Amino acid sequence: MSGAFPTRTALGRQPYWDWRAASNFMLGGSGAGVLVYAAVCGERLLGLLGAALVGGGLLCVWFEIGRPWRALNAYRHGATSWMSREATVAPLLFASALGAAWLDSPGLRWLAAALAIAYVYCQARMLNAGRGIPAWRNPRSVPLLVASGLAEGAGLGVLAGGFWGPMALPVWPMVLLTALLSARVLALWSYRRALPKMVAPGRALRELSRFGRVSGAVDVLAIAVAILATADARIAPLVTASALIAAGSGWALKYSLVIRWSYEQPFAVPVTVARGGEVAPGARPEG
Amino acid sequence: MTRYVMVVDLRRCIGCQTCTAACKVANGTPPGVQWRRVLDLETGSYPDVRRTFVPVSCMHCGNPPCLEACPTGATFKHEDGRVGIHYDLCIGCAYCATACPYHQRFRVTRQSFAYGSEPTPEEAHKFDPARLGVSSKCTFCSDRIDLASHSGRVPGVDPEVTPACVNSCIAGALHFGDRDDPASNVSRLLEQNRHFRMHEELGTDPGVYYLYAEGDRT
Repeated sequence: MSGAFPTRTALGRQPYWDWRAASNFMLGGSGAGVLVYAAVCGERLLGLLGAALVGGGLLCVWFEIGRPWRALNAYRHGATSWMSREATVAPLLFASALGAAWLDSPGLRWLAAALAIAYVYCQARMLNAGRGIPAWRNPRSVPLLVASGLAEGAGLGVLAGGFWGPMALPVWPMVLLTALLSARVLALWSYRRALPKMVAPGRALRELSRFGRVSGAVDVLAIAVAILATADARIAPLVTASALIAAGSGWALKYSLVIRWSYEQPFAVPVTVARGGEVAPGARPEG
Repeated sequence: MTRYVMVVDLRRCIGCQTCTAACKVANGTPPGVQWRRVLDLETGSYPDVRRTFVPVSCMHCGNPPCLEACPTGATFKHEDGRVGIHYDLCIGCAYCATACPYHQRFRVTRQSFAYGSEPTPEEAHKFDPARLGVSSKCTFCSDRIDLASHSGRVPGVDPEVTPACVNSCIAGALHFGDRDDPASNVSRLLEQNRHFRMHEELGTDPGVYYLYAEGDRT
């Protein structure tokens, strides 16, 4: 196929979801990750931070929707809508996180962690159902968002542990952080490989390629620091850097996915009609 | 069963945008919102260059991604295949807009006018506050189609119950009718001409067909 589309048919980034929607994915994923981290490490109060982050993300979305006073209607279509399912899991997550903190109950902490995983999975599937955006409908975006959310949460958990508790660099949190960062690196690599098959606009592919190189290198650096810090207590202060990267890199990834790579599915016709009725090759913009 | 579809003859469309204007007048869409428009595609390289005009609108898909995404149930399907929106249920999250691979969902949050800060008499007459802050799109002129079921007239044949864009087309490029009726105008056109649907590979089962050559089916 040859030729270029005139400007008026060229599509850009989706115009509807801005930083407020991106914040829901950033805060919601991180909050879910913190809840999982709190259950794994047996932290009593950390779950409250996770629930607050999830709530903050939902509040951001509330400010974005066109008819905020009808927000409860979002519960009406759980049969097919991942947005409804996300909304359904959220109050259960809040209740279990509050109950776990109030009663110091390991059982409730694990229940909150399970709901947190369900929540971040709903978020990932919600973005994936945006079939008008090739970067979103890539099926590899689901493991990417789940892995990133859990890694961000582990990073924030390690940071919060340093502030709040007498955590003398225990091994398990660092092992968890290292494993989740590694999972995110793999998931991003897999996502980048699959995106061209979605017939994504060239602009999205170019931006993703630039981001992927930097993000992958930063994450690998964070993994190396986390491993070294676990082995040698003298470089323990670097753990903070590793944890910050785990959270910051994930937020940058989600912001880019929701805002920067969200080029719309181009129009395309498999054939065109030449003068005299002759059938000619089709047209698909390269973006 | 009935399945209303639109058939677009790409050999006939001249890109005059009369259908675009007719839709705006009939539905009172605000500036920047075009439920119906005509893409102007230029392909090839000099001297072998051609232009193709492709009218697009909501495809009224048989398997609409917007309906699956909608968290409120505001998006619904009529039994005859048309996809509609209950404006009073919609929360304006625009999730449907990101789910539509044809970019035929629109959301405006503030009233605006074509000429300055005051509405024209037509704009004032057509303004519907229920459409502010919610999703909107082509309805296949649902008020007219609904009239058909009461009056016994036939959409696609009788102008009173046919979408405004089809009525307005000066080239006879747009057709509307029941695909499940083998004797309908659209069934005959699809039988006699080669055709395609846009982004069929996404599994949306779109309800807009494009004719491009004579002969049996695709």
